[in-house]
Amino acid sequence: MKFGVVRFPGSCDDIDALQAAARVGDAVLLWHADHDLQGVDAVIVPGGFSYGDYLRPGAIARFAPVMAEVEEFGREGGLVLGICNGFQVLCEAGLLPGALLPNVSLKFVFRQVEVEVVSTTGPFTGACGVADRLSIPVKHTTGRYYAPEAELDRLEAAGQVLLRYAPGHNPNGSLRDVAGVCNERGNVFGLMPHPEHAVDPLGGSTDGLRIFESMRAHVEQHVLA
Amino acid sequence: MRARVLVRPKAGILDPQGQAVERALPALGFDGVRNVHVGRLIELDVDDPGRLPEMCERLLTNPLIEDYEIVESASADSIGSSAGAELPGVSR
Repeated sequence: MKFGVVRFPGSCDDIDALQAAARVGDAVLLWHADHDLQGVDAVIVPGGFSYGDYLRPGAIARFAPVMAEVEEFGREGGLVLGICNGFQVLCEAGLLPGALLPNVSLKFVFRQVEVEVVSTTGPFTGACGVADRLSIPVKHTTGRYYAPEAELDRLEAAGQVLLRYAPGHNPNGSLRDVAGVCNERGNVFGLMPHPEHAVDPLGGSTDGLRIFESMRAHVEQHVLA
Repeated sequence: MRARVLVRPKAGILDPQGQAVERALPALGFDGVRNVHVGRLIELDVDDPGRLPEMCERLLTNPLIEDYEIVESASADSIGSSAGAELPGVSR
């Protein structure tokens, strides 16, 4: 099982994502300017401020050369995980529904939050139980999940909302407490909390590991088997 | 061709930036102000203004959350003067 972590100019959580992935498999960095995914089994688009977040977070990064490969990989069913800025990039690229807006508080938030697992049928939460609570940090200014009401209804009915902020833990005003959503096929997932920052007891929680473990289990059972 | 693209948050989407400005104005004595929204202005010189809508749809705005309005003008100077004309009495 080999993870690839994209590095854009301005990425800052790429190394944490690389080290988190390396706890459950092999992991390599993917350079934004290369049209090459190096044969990885899963792609992680990490947090940070890709291309300075100019215009809108993720708006420029989605046109990076490597993103053409990531989009094709995702269309073919490959696992793509977007964390924070990576979530914004995947929404801008149209790989995920919705958009991320400035926090209602207009402030940067950096705190540990609890998220509830809504669905465990897909590749990203298979190692969790429904209604499990994961303690994972958020740190962002533009994390308010938005989609039109009818789209939110559709996403909930289709089981595409995988994670919700637990009651009282919504840090940004996300509609319906959405913390993470996947695409219709279930192979592309984005979330604002940072599972790669919750993998070592020293950091206070290892709950984030379960996302990476879920991905590994899925790839081992469905791709490498 | 000089053009301006006015980008606004879509109607109905919560705009905390506009709300913050709306709350701040009365504190300075500017009463009677409502429906404040904060957007973005993009100015650009463009050879083929016919391509502006596509630029707006693909990069300059996110059509899911933003509306845009394209204001074209022959030169930057006339944009400046038309902006002045919209705001009579503004001292420069």
